[in-house]
Amino acid sequence: MNVIQRLAALVFLCLSTTVVALPEGLSEPLLSKQLLKGSWSERETLAHHLATSQESSSIQLAELWLDGQLFVLKSNQTFVLTQKDGRKYQLTNLATGEDLGLHKKRAVKKVPLNNKLRKILRNALSVRDLQSTDTELRRTAIANLLGDENPESYELLKTASRTEQKRELKELISSGLALFDLKNGNEEQRLSAVQILGEANNSVVYTKLQAQKAIEQDKDVLAVINKSIDDIEQRRKFYGAVENTFFGLSLGSVLLLSAIGLAITFGVMGVINMAHGEMIMLGAYTTYVVQSLLPDHIGASLFISLPLAFLVAGATGVLIERTVIRHLYGRPLETLLATFGVSLILQQAVRTIFSPLNQSVITPEWMSGSIVINEMLSLTVNRLVVIGFSLIVFLGLLFVLRYTRAGLTMRAVTQNRAMASSMGIRTGHVDALTFGLGSGIAGIAGVALSQLTNVGPNLGQNYIIDSFMVVVFGGVGNLWGTFVAAMGLGIANKFIEPWAGAVIAKILVLIFIILFIQKRPRGLFALKGRAVES
Amino acid sequence: MNSTQTIKGGPVTRLLLNDRGGRWFLGCLAVGTLSVLVLNLLVPASSPLHVSTYMVTLLGKYLCYGLLALALDLVWGYCGILSLGHGAFFALGGYAMGMYLMRQIGDRGVYGNPELPDFMVFLNWQELPWYWQGFDQFWLAAVMVMLAPGLLAFLFGWLAFRSRVTGVYLSIITQALTYALMLMFFQNDFGFGGNNGLTDFKDILGYDLQADGTRAVLFLLSSVALIVGYLLCHGLVSSRYGRVLVAVRDAESRARFLGYRVEHFKLVAFVISAVLAGIAGALYVPQVGIINPGEFSPIYSIELVIWVAIGGRGSLYGAVIGALLVNYAKTWFTGAFPEVWLFALGALFVVSTLWLPKGIVGIVEPLINKFKQRKSEPVMQEVVDHG
Amino acid sequence: MKTLNTTVKKIALATSISLAAAAVQASEETIKVGVLHSLSGTMAISETTLKDTVLMLIEQQNKEGGLLGKKLEPVVVDPASNWPLFAEKARELLVKEEVDVIFGSWTSVSRKSALPVLEELNGLMFYPVQYEGEESSKNVFYTGAAPNQQAIPAVDYLMSEAGDSVDRFVLAGTDYVYPRTTNKILESYLKSKGVAESDIMVNYTPFGHSDWQTIVSDIKKFGSAGKKTAVISTVNGDANVPFYKELGNQGLSAEDIPVIAFSVGEEELSGIDTGPLVGHLAAWNYFMSAESDVNDEFIETWQAFIKDEERVTNDPMEATYIGFNMWAKAVEKAGTAEVDSVRDAIYGVTVPNLTGGYAVMNTNHHLTKPVLIGEIQDDGQFEIVWKTSGGVIGDAWTDYLPESAKIIADWTAPVKCGNYNLSTSVCSGQKYE
Repeated sequence: MNVIQRLAALVFLCLSTTVVALPEGLSEPLLSKQLLKGSWSERETLAHHLATSQESSSIQLAELWLDGQLFVLKSNQTFVLTQKDGRKYQLTNLATGEDLGLHKKRAVKKVPLNNKLRKILRNALSVRDLQSTDTELRRTAIANLLGDENPESYELLKTASRTEQKRELKELISSGLALFDLKNGNEEQRLSAVQILGEANNSVVYTKLQAQKAIEQDKDVLAVINKSIDDIEQRRKFYGAVENTFFGLSLGSVLLLSAIGLAITFGVMGVINMAHGEMIMLGAYTTYVVQSLLPDHIGASLFISLPLAFLVAGATGVLIERTVIRHLYGRPLETLLATFGVSLILQQAVRTIFSPLNQSVITPEWMSGSIVINEMLSLTVNRLVVIGFSLIVFLGLLFVLRYTRAGLTMRAVTQNRAMASSMGIRTGHVDALTFGLGSGIAGIAGVALSQLTNVGPNLGQNYIIDSFMVVVFGGVGNLWGTFVAAMGLGIANKFIEPWAGAVIAKILVLIFIILFIQKRPRGLFALKGRAVES
Repeated sequence: MNSTQTIKGGPVTRLLLNDRGGRWFLGCLAVGTLSVLVLNLLVPASSPLHVSTYMVTLLGKYLCYGLLALALDLVWGYCGILSLGHGAFFALGGYAMGMYLMRQIGDRGVYGNPELPDFMVFLNWQELPWYWQGFDQFWLAAVMVMLAPGLLAFLFGWLAFRSRVTGVYLSIITQALTYALMLMFFQNDFGFGGNNGLTDFKDILGYDLQADGTRAVLFLLSSVALIVGYLLCHGLVSSRYGRVLVAVRDAESRARFLGYRVEHFKLVAFVISAVLAGIAGALYVPQVGIINPGEFSPIYSIELVIWVAIGGRGSLYGAVIGALLVNYAKTWFTGAFPEVWLFALGALFVVSTLWLPKGIVGIVEPLINKFKQRKSEPVMQEVVDHG
Repeated sequence: MKTLNTTVKKIALATSISLAAAAVQASEETIKVGVLHSLSGTMAISETTLKDTVLMLIEQQNKEGGLLGKKLEPVVVDPASNWPLFAEKARELLVKEEVDVIFGSWTSVSRKSALPVLEELNGLMFYPVQYEGEESSKNVFYTGAAPNQQAIPAVDYLMSEAGDSVDRFVLAGTDYVYPRTTNKILESYLKSKGVAESDIMVNYTPFGHSDWQTIVSDIKKFGSAGKKTAVISTVNGDANVPFYKELGNQGLSAEDIPVIAFSVGEEELSGIDTGPLVGHLAAWNYFMSAESDVNDEFIETWQAFIKDEERVTNDPMEATYIGFNMWAKAVEKAGTAEVDSVRDAIYGVTVPNLTGGYAVMNTNHHLTKPVLIGEIQDDGQFEIVWKTSGGVIGDAWTDYLPESAKIIADWTAPVKCGNYNLSTSVCSGQKYE
């Protein structure tokens, strides 16, 4: 919607001015020809011209170019706006707003764009953001100027420093100004610049300090440079460890989410549920279906998907329980065989219905990007959401099992079926509901995992082994065990990874689990009492 | 059952006296093997009776799977250890054989290096790693085929059984074991060819691996290994030791209270089983022509469990029959209905666990017994114990 | 003895039935085309498409009257992403089904597994995927890119002005033969171009790696040293989605650190939300966005065949298309589908590729094709930003590794060898002639 509104506004704007204002000496056909046929360096000059122009229409042109929306109609070399209509393009003359009708895709040519041009355009355009009310936009604009040796940038930073209110941005600006002093100032100025820079967290500053260290003549300044570099490295180390812990927690939360449903079907009920991964897969596919049915509400899609995924996976779970597992209680190893068969069928079913290809699940706006704590540490939003979500699911489940009537009957049936039955509990129903609950939770885990990984028929297989490891390591039948195991393994993995590599880290964790089980044959938190022997 | 009865005849006859199913099974296997060999080697290719070398190799592969299933059934069916990592022992045996075959290539590799296998030349390795030394000798490879899986099983079992890891926990850590090994072997730096594994073998003991004769001999050897393996396992489970094993399976604590060192009994069975699996792997590799880390994949090991379950857990020949049937079905389905074979395979697993709790043997055997009972005098009260 | 008799009778009966069935089929006079692509298991995701492509090409060919007056008959089998099964199924195709040609394989290990069987039974296989090179079998034609048709031009592009003159490289790959080899070749190439050892970072991850937080954070740190940095990714298959998602979330845009991938095509992108990926690159010999009439026609036929207007095409499909057409042309030229004659006829055969040029089959069993660099767009397509001026001849044995620089492949007289060592004048490891 947004894009179309913007385009409409743009067309209106162009209509009112009727012509695109162009850099001096260039007509529209000439400009379009230069953009299409010219060399990359010519395009770079033009990009700079357009984006730094005072003419609003030139800037519009630059913005369109940056967005990849700038097309040229090959036949008469005019700029056009395009809108996809089936296999063809609906064209509108950019300057006049005249509707040019449907054309084949090959009738137009997109104005070439590469990463260098994008950077030039974006940096030039972002200068306007120095006065923006949006802190993030201002931050990017300032960061873009950091380390730039152009005197114009110095002036811009100076201007910005007068109006900037936010403390961290002020610091950023002052390190930007200090970099100029470091480059061009006298000894005294350099000395104070280096001191300021020692407080900065920006990586550009670090590189510039390193560079200055190599050429600095003055002893005093050099000593301070060394100290500043040391300070920065110290902070880097600290924030590196914080970041690593965050990575570990985030990996742990993924493990927790994927294992928690299994902690019920396997841990509480004793069903070796090899189809657990496929329940996660069903949840992920539910997200995909919801998104493709509601393409305009991506932001809300996850919230709609959560209950639906719970229902879909839960219902499938109940169905499996009623048709297959019901007959196998007391024979846990045979549940392994049957559920393995079920998992093959579910995988192939998904392959038949949705094709064997991975499906694209879109990350909503509110879940993308990262929260910048400072220049050295930023936490990705989607990981934060997943960590929070896994905690909510975990606590919710704990609550249901402990404080609700349904939870009570579930625990009663799994602990002593005969007794529960003679107390009037319909054990069959409770079994179906428990299995449904476990599967449903796997389903909502799938919604979360769809944001981190592939949504395809193999999704479940990637998580099944890890899930079993977590549940067994934590102690079968104990939710807290699952929680501690997931977080512990996640963090351990992330702390081994930097020096051993991803593969060895995983192998070491597996070997650790094998050895740990020798020490505590029933996992971290073993159930005590008579249930153990049965 | 009637072990006190005095029996005449050689050890094999004595062993099989109470095992009617086993007699039938071994008889069919021997006759089948011989007829396949005759039909392959002596009957001309033009004759409709000719069995192609493709078929011989395929059958040879099935027999290796049969031996593997037998090995698993020994620990699962008779000792209650559900190993979800038996593929690891199979693959280790296979790698030991593969290393020998790799060294046999000599300077016929693509880079023509007489010492180093191609993949090492490719990774710029200058000399053979220590663990590859000596593998150009067949005897060493043959020893390693049994020693590598046996040793791993010993170490793993010694740790696990001593600390009384049982049931599901044991199953999951065996799975962790094979998974860890898979990740290790996937690594190129580990020196076993990484993801590609070992392949492009030329000959074994100087015989061309692609010659019909060599293939027939390998097939024969697989069959012999299976027969010997069967006799060994059967001997084990019908001995005193075997009965303690079953006691451990059915009531581990009670067996322990009676004074048996349960972990020793388990360990012996586990190691023997691993060695058999290793031998199966060693025979498998020259016939299929490749060994790679995929064989360690936990999914294969689960599939293996399913062969045994379908055939009949706790019946040695049942396990073998399960392996043969499922694999035949797989070959047939992947050729005939490639798109739906997973549906069929999945359904087969579900159906067989629901309605055939004792596997195929569980339905066939009572039928045979009934039939026999009606024919002969009712003294023959011979019911095979499955547990 | 009674059992022996019955067994023999049963086998005899079964064999005669199947033989009778075979006889009926043979009388219809078809040319059999084997399709050896995984339809289940982990590789189904990529290979199913190629199976469909071959089926479409066969259908098209049959509409035009088949070959040599005979209809083509596809024989599809499923090796189920299980590498030993590739050997077994290849044997089944050659012995039981007696196919004249096989189109198949995706991973290198599956090709290596089928290779001894193809050589033993003198089969003929067309292999349609970009790979690490270091191989030229008499019985395989490699229609995908060799490293010099993908990796080397990609680096040239990155180091050029258009590619923003990159001078610091991260080589990130999945730990298997293709990335290992490609990265070794690239390392040696980069050093020959004056890139310092400290400006190259190499990283390997396992298959299906899903937690990229640490690695992306390392890349970010490596890239913040003030030099223009790019990632050359040989990350395989399923690991790509979490990799790109993590790149986006940690704020590494293509403008800061572009990623150029060798295993990410249109089909892989269709499973990713490409919005945050705009500007990242890929190197291939074909992109769906290539502007040519044959390509438009191919896309239209494909979407009609698969009954999906949105379905994309990709590079391995083009390789299959080229391979199939070359084989068909060689069969017509030879007047028979018999393997040896087709092989002799196919050298020098030229067929149109889909990017508007021509592909030539060389005597080293590799193709001459153009190399394209594409930039990911937000609609899941690539925009071609760079193209080699002409075709590049596929090199089976790379010149950038000391051991293989000495080796050449030429299957015509007088060399007649897939790995002829120039320094020792020996054709090693091959038993034919």
